[in-house]
Formats: sequence, C-alpha cells, structure tokens
Amino acid sequence: MLSRWLPFEKPLVEIEEQIEELKRLAARENLDLSDKVRRLEDHKRAVMEQMFAELTPWEKVQMARHPKRPYPLDYIGALCSEWLELHGDRAYGDDGAIVAGFGRFSGRAVAIVGNQKGRDTKERQERNFGQASPEGLRKAERVMELAARYGRPIISLVDTPGAACSPDAEERGISEAIAHSQLIMSQLPVPIIVVITGEGCSGGAIATALGDRVLMLEHSYYSVISPEGCASILYRDPAKAPESAEALNITAEDALRLHIIEEVIPEPLGGAHRDFGLMCKSLGATLERHLGELSQIPGPQLIEQRYARFRRLGDFEEQPSVAHPELNGNGPKEAASQLNGL
Amino acid sequence: MATAGSLKDTLKTRMGITNSESAARLEEIPEDLMTKCDNCGTLLVTKDWLRDLKVCSRCGYHARLSAPERIELLVDPDSFQEWDTSLAPRDPLHFPGYQEKRTAAQVKTHLKDSCVTGAATLEERPIAIGATDFRFMGGSMGSVFGEKVTRLLERALEEKRPAIMVISTGGARMQEGLLSLMQMAKTSAAVARLQNAGVPYIVVLTDPSTAGVQASFASLGDVIMAEPGATIGFTGARVIEQNLKIRLPKDFQSSEFQMEHGQLDLIVPRAKLKETITQFLGLLLD
Repeated sequence: MLSRWLPFEKPLVEIEEQIEELKRLAARENLDLSDKVRRLEDHKRAVMEQMFAELTPWEKVQMARHPKRPYPLDYIGALCSEWLELHGDRAYGDDGAIVAGFGRFSGRAVAIVGNQKGRDTKERQERNFGQASPEGLRKAERVMELAARYGRPIISLVDTPGAACSPDAEERGISEAIAHSQLIMSQLPVPIIVVITGEGCSGGAIATALGDRVLMLEHSYYSVISPEGCASILYRDPAKAPESAEALNITAEDALRLHIIEEVIPEPLGGAHRDFGLMCKSLGATLERHLGELSQIPGPQLIEQRYARFRRLGDFEEQPSVAHPELNGNGPKEAASQLNGL
Repeated sequence: MATAGSLKDTLKTRMGITNSESAARLEEIPEDLMTKCDNCGTLLVTKDWLRDLKVCSRCGYHARLSAPERIELLVDPDSFQEWDTSLAPRDPLHFPGYQEKRTAAQVKTHLKDSCVTGAATLEERPIAIGATDFRFMGGSMGSVFGEKVTRLLERALEEKRPAIMVISTGGARMQEGLLSLMQMAKTSAAVARLQNAGVPYIVVLTDPSTAGVQASFASLGDVIMAEPGATIGFTGARVIEQNLKIRLPKDFQSSEFQMEHGQLDLIVPRAKLKETITQFLGLLLD
C-alpha cells in the first residue's frame, strides 16, 4: 500500500491511516463517526491543496513518473468511442514504446500517437519504458502521414524519459528517426495537438512534439535533458538531480513563461491518477476546444503558422557586429588560420 | 595537439637526454616546431602537419578544426562574408555557471557563440556555409546557434544558394534548457522548406557529431558525408554502457560504423572534402 506514496506525500499517509482506522472502528463498534471522518477528510484536502500547489520541480518529476500515472492508452480508452491501433514501421519491426492509430474522439476521427510505458515489469520491458526506437518513430511518422492524406487531425501524447538508448537504436539511426519525424511534422497540413502528459524528456520528446498547439498537464515536465543526466554532467553526481531540475526550468509553468507551450491543463488534486475521470474530462474538453479552433484553419496556413510558432523560439540579443579576425577575407593577416595549402 | 612542454618532455625521454648541455639545446627548439598526434602519439613536423590539414601522416587521425578553419578549408579564398555577427547569447534561465563558462569560451575562441555562418563561393558557385566550433562549450546548440542555422537555411532558400553545414558538437546546450530543445524543431522545420524548394543541403559530420544536433538538422542533409574516424551518434557510448551494463566495441559510433549501418552517404578524407562537395553540387545542379 505504501509504495504508491511519493516521499513528499508522507504527511498524507498519516491522515489517511487515521481515516481508515476511524472507518474500521465505526464499522466494528457500530458507531457514527462520520463527523470525525469528514473533519479529517477536510484536513487532508487542505494539506493536499497546499502540498500540490507548492511542488518543487523535482517533486513534479516524481509526479510525472508516478507508477500509477495514466498513460496514452488509458486516455485513448477513456476518450475515444472507437480505437484501431496500427503496428509496424514497414521496414524492420513494431515498437511497443510507441502506440499509433486512429480513433474517434467526440465524434471526430483523429490519429493518435503516444509513448506507452507499461505497468508491470514485463510490460515495461516490452515497451522499453516508453523510450521510442527508430522503428517506433517511423511507425508514428507513417500513421501521421496517413492521417494527413485523409485530413484527420493528429493528437500526440508525449510521455517519455527519452529515446531508446541502446546499440540497436544507434545502428538503425535513432538520430535520423528523431530528426525526420520533426521534419515531417512541420509539413503536415492537418491540425496537430501535442500534450505532454508525463515526462517530456529530450530528443525522444521533441521527436513527436512539433504541433500547432503544445500543452502540458500540470504535473508533467518538459526538458532538454533528464535532471539526472544534467546532474551527472554539471555536478558529476546524479544524486544532485533535484538541483538540476530547478536549474533546467522544466515545469509546465516554466514552459508557459518561456512561450514553449500554449496552455497548462490543471490536474485533479493530488495528480491525474487520483481522479482519472476528472482528468479525462478536462483533457477531453481542452482537446476539443483546440481541435475546434484549428479545424477552421486551412492546411497550408497551418503549416505556415506552425513554422512561425517554432521559428520564434529562442532567446538571444543583437550586439554590435564584430567580424571574426580569422575570417571575412579582410581580417588581420597575422591572425589568419595556420592551415596551409588550401 | 599536445603542448610544447610535454613534447619536449617526450623528446627528452625518447632521446634519453640527461646531460644539461643537450637539454639546453633542446630548449632552443621553437615551441611549435613539432606536434604530437593525439591518436598515435607520433611526433610530426608542425609545418607538414598543417600542410596535411591537421591530419596525421602516420595514422590518418583527423584532429579537430575550429569553425574558422573549417570554413577556410571549404570555400574559395577570401570569399567568405560572415552573417549575423551581431547575434549573442543570453542567460534566459540564469543557469548556474553559464555566463562564466560562456565568457571563458568567448575569450578563448574570439567567437560570440559556437556557430559561424555566412556566404561564400565554392569554385565560384555562391553557397551558404556554416560550421560549429567544438572549442566553444563543446559546440553545443543554444538559441544563437539554432537561430543562425535557421537564418542560414532561410537565406539559402531565398537566394537559392546550396547550404553546407559542417558539424562538430556534443549536442543541445543544457544551460538554455527547453529553448535549446526547441532549436531542434526550428532547424529541422527549416530544412523541410529547403527540401521543398529544391535547394541542396549538404552535411559534413566531423568529430564529434552527437545528440541533439545529430537528432535534428545534422541528420537531414540531402547528402551526409563524414570525415574518417569521427564519433557520430545520438546517445554517448559511455552512457549506453552504464545504462545497459554492457561493453561496446571500440569502433562503436565511428564514421566507419555508421557507414556500415547505412547512416552515411560517404566517408571523405579532409583533403577531399572540397572537391567532393563541388562534384556533388555539379551533379545536382549543372
């Protein structure tokens, strides 16, 4: 039972145990303790409200990785009246880390791609913890291109600790697969809505995150590198991941402030897994609103707007020009490159 | 390239110099007369090594070049006009130590950031060319790098100039966080437009070409050539070894390994790069 609690949720464990105890007592002794139970539940709610409003970036990472966190197939099952999953990259294999297919969402036929992590040890291995292989990304690409041919909007649900990290993935061109998926997504003349539902980590995330709208669930994170990876490089100590999570600005609020995303989708109190029904309701309503808006826009214009959306991302300044001394032909000769015989 | 001090130490040991007279004469040797190959340790006459474009005549090891050297190597003499020299990095996340690291790199390289782009001619053909500089924070891609590459690709499209990117990088710059990750999307989207317009885009991978850059515009060339012996890949070999508790062969992710696995068009020695690019452009365009 305890394993479903994250370390920072400890204060809640005690309150919940008290509530359970009271309920047991009431049943055993046939007492009416509902007043006391209600008071404790109010107290628990107050504690939770404060706790989850003030999560640190590292605590959000733990929320995003929560073993009970809903995965794309959970959302698809709850939000789609029909669902047909498609398989394989038509070249090498089928990657369980990526699910892709067509479904019907609030009456509208859509394509959905997502990273699927797996619930138990066996499934986690089969799905490689949601880390897409080149085959997975090529499958997603194939399904998205098919969607575009039939004018179907695309929903991409991102939840990955990164792309596959293995010799096989390298041999079959994981770099190229990530790059090409972005290139293709930038050119599809149908609406693309991306939702970071859990982990949005590194190249594996951006591979399927080139959308007209990019949204994040409240307790998901989006980062160029995992906090542990950053800590290994920066502090030579993966245990410093909490500090790295802070430095990297990876929360949904950070991404919104940096104009990386359009919107943060609130989660039920305590996280998406505590009230999946409510989570689906707000996710579904948000998707429907964005789909409605985007479906008004002609395909070529969508492509232009999507390009402009990513085009403006970056933070730099324009300083007075100084040409590099070794370049531009007219630089001082003594500083010229030492390479001879060119 | 080894420092003069250690070279002299090597000479002393190799030649067994112990008496002070010989040692004193050794001191008279100009500091940069000899250069030690980083790969095989052979002592090379610096003048010859430079003539060979910093390629070891013994083992063929291609030493890393700076971005200015890269560009000089590939374009017609005095034809390069740098673009976007005003672009300078900021510190959007107030990332610990970023400003210090960057300033040190700027002092060392005389560059504002890790990427140099501009217009030039190649055998008289107008081109757009960019190169990344590994000395500048590992040639990492932040906002300035991404913006410069995107502007280069856009300008190449506008002026119908073939675009050439020479890569040497460790990947995205973590100090700019998500903004660095977004440069992958931005540059990849810009390549798509170039492809649609039929403007050639050539990628030259040099040591090392990895991670976020390799997983975006650097893997999207119409033709991808690599120098021999470069490290090319997404996840670093050490990280894969640690994660999977395996040992990887020594040539894992080398140019030759990537060639064997179908990820490269060509492996081209440094001295042949210019003529190979020229030939390819001629076959596409003339």
